[in-house]
Amino acid sequence: MFLAGEGLSPSAALVAAGILLTACSGLPGLVLARRDGTGQKIATLLMVAGSGLGLAGALNALLTGASARYVITGGFLVVGGEWGVDPLSAFFLIPLFLLAGCGALYGSGYFPEAKHPSAAPRLTFFFGLLAASVALVFTARDALLFLLAWEVMALASFFALTTEDHRKEVREAGLLFLVAAHMGTLVLFAHFSLLKAATSSFTFPGAGSLSGGTAPAAAIFLTALVGFGFKAGIMPLHIWLPSAHAAAPSHVSALMSGVIIKSGIYGIVRVTSFYHTPPAWWGMTLLTLGIISAVAGVLFAIGQHDLKRLLAYHSIENIGIIAMGIGVALIGRSSGSLPLELLGMGGALLHLLNHALFKGLLFLGAGSVIHAVGTREIDLMGGVAKRLPLTGLFFLTGAAAICGLPPLNGFVSEYLIYLGLFRGVAGIGTVVTSGLPLMALAIPALALVGGLALACFVKAYGVVFLGVHRQESVTQPHEAGLSMLLPMGILALLCVLIGLFPQGGIRLLEPAVAGWFPVSAGMATGVTLPAPVGWITVMGLLLIFFTLAIIPVALKKRPGGIAGAVTWDCGFLRPTPRMQYTASSFAATLVDLFGGMLRPRRHRPKISGPYPEPALFSSHVPEVVLELLYLPLLKRGNELLMPLRRLQHGQIPLYILYIFVTVIVLLLLAP
Amino acid sequence: MTDLIIHLFLVLLMPPLLLGVISRTKALFAGRSGAPLLQPYYDLARLFRKGMVLSDTTTWLFRSGPVVTLATVLVASLLIPLGNHAAPLSFDGDMILFAYLFALGRFATILAALDTGSSFEGMGAAREATYSCLAEPTLFFALIVLARLSGSLSLSGMLTQPLGAVWADSGASLLLLVGALFIILLAENCRIPFDDPNTHLELTMIHEVMVLDQSGPLLGCVLYGAALKLFVLSAFFIRIVLPFRTGDTLADWGLFVVSLLLLAIAIGTVESVMARFRLTRIPQLLIGAGILSSFATLLILR
Repeated sequence: MFLAGEGLSPSAALVAAGILLTACSGLPGLVLARRDGTGQKIATLLMVAGSGLGLAGALNALLTGASARYVITGGFLVVGGEWGVDPLSAFFLIPLFLLAGCGALYGSGYFPEAKHPSAAPRLTFFFGLLAASVALVFTARDALLFLLAWEVMALASFFALTTEDHRKEVREAGLLFLVAAHMGTLVLFAHFSLLKAATSSFTFPGAGSLSGGTAPAAAIFLTALVGFGFKAGIMPLHIWLPSAHAAAPSHVSALMSGVIIKSGIYGIVRVTSFYHTPPAWWGMTLLTLGIISAVAGVLFAIGQHDLKRLLAYHSIENIGIIAMGIGVALIGRSSGSLPLELLGMGGALLHLLNHALFKGLLFLGAGSVIHAVGTREIDLMGGVAKRLPLTGLFFLTGAAAICGLPPLNGFVSEYLIYLGLFRGVAGIGTVVTSGLPLMALAIPALALVGGLALACFVKAYGVVFLGVHRQESVTQPHEAGLSMLLPMGILALLCVLIGLFPQGGIRLLEPAVAGWFPVSAGMATGVTLPAPVGWITVMGLLLIFFTLAIIPVALKKRPGGIAGAVTWDCGFLRPTPRMQYTASSFAATLVDLFGGMLRPRRHRPKISGPYPEPALFSSHVPEVVLELLYLPLLKRGNELLMPLRRLQHGQIPLYILYIFVTVIVLLLLAP
Repeated sequence: MTDLIIHLFLVLLMPPLLLGVISRTKALFAGRSGAPLLQPYYDLARLFRKGMVLSDTTTWLFRSGPVVTLATVLVASLLIPLGNHAAPLSFDGDMILFAYLFALGRFATILAALDTGSSFEGMGAAREATYSCLAEPTLFFALIVLARLSGSLSLSGMLTQPLGAVWADSGASLLLLVGALFIILLAENCRIPFDDPNTHLELTMIHEVMVLDQSGPLLGCVLYGAALKLFVLSAFFIRIVLPFRTGDTLADWGLFVVSLLLLAIAIGTVESVMARFRLTRIPQLLIGAGILSSFATLLILR
């Protein structure tokens, strides 16, 4: 590979080294004959080292605010293209390398080679390849390199998520993922062709170099929205997401939810940065889709009783919140309001980082729980925090952070988005020319999402970690090992740090936000978010101070002392674990209230006679959009296109012939 | 400085009095003489001297529930302006923190309830989580209206604006808002017709059933926190309803105290003349409040 120019800048060199190390991390494990874990140890070491280098490069790029582009000259087996690190890329690289390093470390304890001699080397290899390909997606500067990395990312995700392919549900989830990923890629082919027609080059144009009011621009925006929306999991393009996240090994779920779906957001942010005058409907579309994804995502999450599916639906919710932020920023740009642009984009990007932290933490925590109790079914768990105290504490941190509660990081980013919305609606220092009612609706919608998320996570935490265990498991649940606890601890610590001292996060954020602005706007020197985040530190510390001050008053030794007893049973029977409130009953009122959308399925047993047989009641909330919208449509399409199936006969030489003929036809058609 | 001292003094000492006034009002309606006005203070003093009984099922989360809840309400009380006087702390967007502090308190209370593993407390927790997220949008619609009318992004700016003039100008919007906020005030503070703080029939309660296992000083924290929450939310509500100002600082403080006591009497009256709703009716009323407040927002966006 040859890079033109006068050598790599320090940050670009570090990021490139990080990409190479992570990409190759799994190779030794594939070729080592002895399956005693050596390969996995080498891979973990390479991943942690590569992530460290990449992280250093990204931080350096953000702190210096420098951007660099390099031309890779094509050659034998090497695809040419443009590659570079700028603050916007660097900001997306931070969660990636954090979760890649943490995930690899976690994976060595969660999916050890000693226990899974054939599957583990494969998983380790694809995990590294996945991290490297996402990093390449974030740093590619032309369409060909981008699409190549995009495709490697899709395939590596597929192989990583189908690690446990002896299970039917995993194979089905993998297939659904692959189909959805390729539908998105197909739209992206159209997108980049349109972009090439508009700029007459495959190289990405600079920020703010295109005009947004034209018909091709509208087509470019819409294809980006659909193509990247499939990956981001924006409703109603999210159909692959819940089953894929649930089926994948937990550290792969963490990386998927924390970073891979963010590559869709990266695409939308990058493409919208090209335009200096986006029409108002761009922002309004994103804001609307954001509200729908956020509200519907959290509602579906409430109905779930599979811990990882529940977390997966929350990813859709958080993608919705991020999309709302981008929508606010775009509305700000089209009405020429700088505060809205800054607060919207700042909130969206910070929420993206925050979501990677707390959702990564939650998936890793869920993995520890599942590892310990041997089921994903929430209603079979209970009292886990007593057996896994540290995992319980870390999961609690993540749960409070994802609900946007102060003094944790989720609050800071939601605060920025709220502030943008309030400024727009109240008309403070800004005049919003269109979309005002929509923004006014977005504020209570975000509040509703916050309330529902709280309901969902108190349900999940309460039923899984608190109370008494509901079912005797075969093995005694045990706390996770150090290699699993350490990554969770790092992520939890970062959640607390960003929540209490958001200035640090904002310092990294501002160059990235500036990178979204047209070069002509003079933002190269940096931007300052119009938000008094210093107050968040003050209030967070005040909250901690009050809590610490009340503890001695409330818990000091008194003459009466502290007596132990059973939980108050209203004078009836001694409580049994089976009497505890379950996740399904906790969520029942909300699920009923929104039943028109959630379509809960209940299997009620018939009870008859004076001595009824033992019976089972079960209820679940299905993936409504997939089952009621996509599957009927696809079935109908399948019937219509049946005659064409004759072309698909399974003879590979003929398939190659098809490709050859297509290429010839395209060459003849090309001007 | 005087204002700060009075603010802290009122915040720390006045909340239980509101409970006393409410129960005295209810007693008078029922033809009883009722407990002394200061009874809630005696109750608190007694609870803080007592020992505790803790369920064997519970962990540190159970004990931290009341503590964190009280701390959140205390922080929120520093953000709320009392009457015509700005709050001790105020900054752009403090109303968002204000709302999310209550959410944090709720998070802690619900987890403490679930920590006991009791089905009763689980029931109360589920109800609290369900109803409070339906109440959330109303508060934010109200904040939109106040922010747009005042051109300010802090609670102090919103509530110390000349609201009298605003009533003359956008009275219809504020009237809708007052209706919606009164519903939320009753629901958030567990008053009749949403919840009955006096019954001990676990199946019908929301907040009381969540704290069944709390005792001694921790129960004291719960009671004091609930009183303080009533005080803070009442201060928010009453400022919109009775936005009078005299020009004299001390007279304004007196006005605030009197109007708060009037609100307590009004709540007591509502509790006396109404029965508690069936649980299935509660979401309808909360959604109704949300729709009322959305109309209030629409009126000022024109």
